[in-house]
Amino acid sequence: MWLTSKIKQIVLALSPGTVTLKYPFVKKPVPRGFRGQPVWDHTKCIGCGGCANHCPARTILLRDLCQEIRVLLYDGSRCTYCGRCADLCPEKAIVMSPEFELAAGRREDVSQTVELFMLTCNRCGRCFDMEIKNAIDKLDLRGYRYDSLEARTVLRRTTDRMAPEALAETEAYRRPEKIGGL
Amino acid sequence: MAALFARAAAKAFPKSLWLYHCNSGACNGCDIEILNVLTPYYDVERFGIKLVGSPRHADVMLLSGAVTRPTLPLVKRAYEAIPAPKLVFGVGSCAAGGGCWFDTYNVTGGGATAVPVDYLIPGCPPRPEAIIYGVALALGLVPQKSAPVELKQVEFPIDAYLRNKAWEERNVIYKLIKD
Repeated sequence: MWLTSKIKQIVLALSPGTVTLKYPFVKKPVPRGFRGQPVWDHTKCIGCGGCANHCPARTILLRDLCQEIRVLLYDGSRCTYCGRCADLCPEKAIVMSPEFELAAGRREDVSQTVELFMLTCNRCGRCFDMEIKNAIDKLDLRGYRYDSLEARTVLRRTTDRMAPEALAETEAYRRPEKIGGL
Repeated sequence: MAALFARAAAKAFPKSLWLYHCNSGACNGCDIEILNVLTPYYDVERFGIKLVGSPRHADVMLLSGAVTRPTLPLVKRAYEAIPAPKLVFGVGSCAAGGGCWFDTYNVTGGGATAVPVDYLIPGCPPRPEAIIYGVALALGLVPQKSAPVELKQVEFPIDAYLRNKAWEERNVIYKLIKD
């Protein structure tokens, strides 16, 4: 009786076959939507600095070298691959690539540098001032590029779609004041 | 340099690597992936790699987690207990460069502050394949894929004075990373 149970054990043990992945020699594709190393497309980047502002690990640094050159530095060693930079980029210049084999001996090996050409204003000769603008107005920065001026004329404003009476009501609206004044 | 280091590692560790897994305040994500590497699916024992409980038996320290202030002396003591020659792998973004916590209070900011990290395996957490890739890189089985990338939108002429100034400023950025 013990022999038959042993045979049964052997058959059971052999039936699943080999499950081990022969990884470094045979590669398996990553699942869909996997976020690997972010990759910058320097032809699309407008240098708005949204990625640098929103990076949770603050691993993207921006620095203006002079009036025309802005350098974006990505240090991959502390990147958490959250994909916020790719979600946020208004020009879709950042793509989360499926590359995950990033092991390196040095920190600099996983870094990326993008040198951006910032166009200056025709009138004042300075770059667009990012500091005094809010987040929505910062997106208007693209209007200062040659390439998207045409696209900008097609953009609709929110007020274009509103009914005229609703718009008039909105404009007539006043904040309720405190009783007795301030 | 990396190739030379791989050759040196192959000479220094001709046989099995025994790993000591050191958690220095990680969130357990990297630790789960390290254990995943030892399961039959990834089966890192193919390369003779084995997880050991004591640093005195180990060749390699797998460091996970941004080194917190309470664990800093313990990590140093564990590193000193490993007999030379020894390698340290920073597994995960926290151990590699500090992760989100690189300048947080109570965190010393990455494994490099406590022990010399020989190889970084970034990822949050790194895939089990990425950990295997890092170990295989140290063993010299695979070439290193990552290299620094430099992109430029426009190459336009600037006079030498400005260019020199630009290079100086760029080095300032590199100094910022080291802090």
